[in-house]
Amino acid sequence: MEAEANSGSPEDSWAFFQRPGEGCRTVPLAGHVGFDSLPDQLVNKSVSQGFCFNILCVGETGLGKSTLMDTLFNTKFEGEPATHTQPGVQLRSNTYDLQESNVGLKLTIVSTVGFGDQINKEDSYKPIVEFIDAQFEAYLQEELKIRRVLHTYHDSRIHACLYFIAPTGHSLKSLDLVTMKKLDSKVNIIPIIAKSDAISKSELTKFKIKITSELVSNGVQIYQFPTDDESVAEINGTMNAHLPFAVIGSTEELKIGNKMMKARQYPWGTVQVENEAHCDFVKLREMLIRVNMEDLREQTHSRHYELYRRCKLEEMGFKDTDPDSKPFSLQETYEAKRNEFLGELQKKEEEMRQMFVQRVKEKEAELKEAEKELHEKFDRLKKLHQDEKKKLEDKKKSLDDEVNAFKQRKTAAELLQSQGSQAGGSQTLKRDKEKKNFF
Amino acid sequence: MDPLRRSPSPCSSRASSPRTPPCEMLGFVGIEAVLDQLKIKAMKMGFEFNIMVVGQSGLGKSTMVNTLFKSKMWKSTPPGLGQGPMPQTLQLHSVTHVIEEKGLKLKLTVTDTPGFGDQINNDKCWDPILGYINEQYEQYLQEEILITRQRYIPDTRVHCCIYFVPPTGHCLRPLDIEFLQRLCRTVNVVPVIARADSLTIEERENFRRRIQHNLKTHCIDVYPQKCFDEDISDKILNSKIRDRIPFAVVGADREHLVNGKCVLGRKTKWGIIEVENMAHCEFALLRDLLIRSHLQDLKDITHNVHYENYRVCRLNESHMLPRGPGWVNLAPAPPSVPTTPGPSKARQKVHNNFTEEW
Repeated sequence: MEAEANSGSPEDSWAFFQRPGEGCRTVPLAGHVGFDSLPDQLVNKSVSQGFCFNILCVGETGLGKSTLMDTLFNTKFEGEPATHTQPGVQLRSNTYDLQESNVGLKLTIVSTVGFGDQINKEDSYKPIVEFIDAQFEAYLQEELKIRRVLHTYHDSRIHACLYFIAPTGHSLKSLDLVTMKKLDSKVNIIPIIAKSDAISKSELTKFKIKITSELVSNGVQIYQFPTDDESVAEINGTMNAHLPFAVIGSTEELKIGNKMMKARQYPWGTVQVENEAHCDFVKLREMLIRVNMEDLREQTHSRHYELYRRCKLEEMGFKDTDPDSKPFSLQETYEAKRNEFLGELQKKEEEMRQMFVQRVKEKEAELKEAEKELHEKFDRLKKLHQDEKKKLEDKKKSLDDEVNAFKQRKTAAELLQSQGSQAGGSQTLKRDKEKKNFF
Repeated sequence: MDPLRRSPSPCSSRASSPRTPPCEMLGFVGIEAVLDQLKIKAMKMGFEFNIMVVGQSGLGKSTMVNTLFKSKMWKSTPPGLGQGPMPQTLQLHSVTHVIEEKGLKLKLTVTDTPGFGDQINNDKCWDPILGYINEQYEQYLQEEILITRQRYIPDTRVHCCIYFVPPTGHCLRPLDIEFLQRLCRTVNVVPVIARADSLTIEERENFRRRIQHNLKTHCIDVYPQKCFDEDISDKILNSKIRDRIPFAVVGADREHLVNGKCVLGRKTKWGIIEVENMAHCEFALLRDLLIRSHLQDLKDITHNVHYENYRVCRLNESHMLPRGPGWVNLAPAPPSVPTTPGPSKARQKVHNNFTEEW
């Protein structure tokens, strides 16, 4: 059973039909039954559901990723070209609904932005790997749900990764090697040489050989087009030899001969995109869309996703069999994990509560302090006022005293005056004396 | 709440995906080729189909299967000879064959239920059948939750159950009603009137109407279920089918000469009943429904609806039960199937809750 999961041989599909010991015999049919319409039934179902395909374009800024996508799907996807000043690598994802006759395709194109622009490129591959893992994770979460709707789930896992190689003509950059090595176990990588109109034919062959040998020597597993089915084995086999494809993208149409064709115009000539002698664009389109789209999706689901799922579940602690080789219960581990999780949640809750209580206490203390200060200030002011008041009152008192004293003297003086007017002249003297004393 | 009625159409086009802008393509890209790729893949992988026939003995189940698939799937039991005493309990027999047509291989599994409804006391005679169906779901679930799982999980789940109604001419018997009620929630059920050559055309129509009325009264949702119709064309087609359910069928595996042609039929003193003649019986409709037009749909509904319902119940059940005598582990499957009421009280209570929910 394990061998079945890993091999891609043609016997693969029939192995489960003829399991040993089942004694499944082939019975001859006496007439036309009619189940040969089954593939049509299947296809009709799939058409009504629609297809979805997700492409990831990885490459340095300015290598023509968006233009190539526009050319491949014969349409203008929106988007402005990215600048070179991105601080880190980001991924930009867009989904489009394409319709061709009765087939609807939900196409998602994810592009790296800022790849290869930084000075330190050590971590450039990380956002890409994280993105791919996030898509697998989302699918795994959906699959593990109790009440799930897998048949209407919008599959966002990346089915094909087009890796754009800069047309230096020499060899792969170390950034390319490192990134491809990290991605090869997670996604189907199809390396392509971008802007290949910058390389001449002889250089191109040498370049391709160099690239393939470097990939092989570094153990990078790129996607091989399947050769097990007779109908496509031949064409896939020849195409495998042409990897990596040297492509040119262009959305401008020029009149060549008497037809409008997609091409790029130079002073020394015109490069036609769909001319097989000029570039491998047609091969790429054939392989990616017309021949192997289903296989790409299948590989993503049955190989890359299963690998991710296995690793993730093992990481979470699930096992198929315990040391006594009794099958472990997924549910038990689920329960244990759940309880653990709940326990953690409770602990966190407690912590947060404690923190809250503490904060409240602190705030209360602060407020009390402030209140006390205010009270003190108030008291001080009050005291100040009282002092002032007292002073004023004292002054008032002294003034009053003086006024009283003056009044007394005045009455005394007047009395004396009235006495003095009887006494005669000594009054004036006294008055003068008084005056003198008074002043 | 009936989960069948609650869940949305299982095969509908993506309703939950994000709103995306439609894009105009200026030229031919070749997306259509994916259909051919699908076909090639399907042809390479082959198909599986599991069918179950349920009915009392003598209603022509084995003959019907042989007629449907035009091959000797089964030795039809001659009446009286061979067998020996009637089996005391219901036993299920499964037989698997691979049939090939025009390069397409189909692995067909037919499960027969001899002894159904044959005893004097037929109480709970549906339990072994339900148990078998749930066991298949369980097997699939076990395979699906493995860490290292196989590339193609072998599908032994019952995709369609043909229920043979004896041609009494009156209405559905209590046994039929009980059985159909229980089964239509777990599997796709197609009821047929067996041995329809004993009824005249008017009797057939009346019987059919009465059966349809019975089905409606007891809320039995047979295949094709109304709630899974996706669009107008499906609705129209399925309404036509629903109008003719249950089909009045006759099975025959002998060929006779009629008007110079060799046809399958039953020869009687008063004439030859041609199986494939629409004026005689509706076998052709049944065959078209099962094989030529709705086979994939049957499989899809089994996978997307019935299997998912089972999975939800199973995962919820093990969740809710406390550890103890009623604890149900997912991996070691219990000897008695979870849906039958078990010895422990806790499980009984949960089971009752779930039946109420249905």
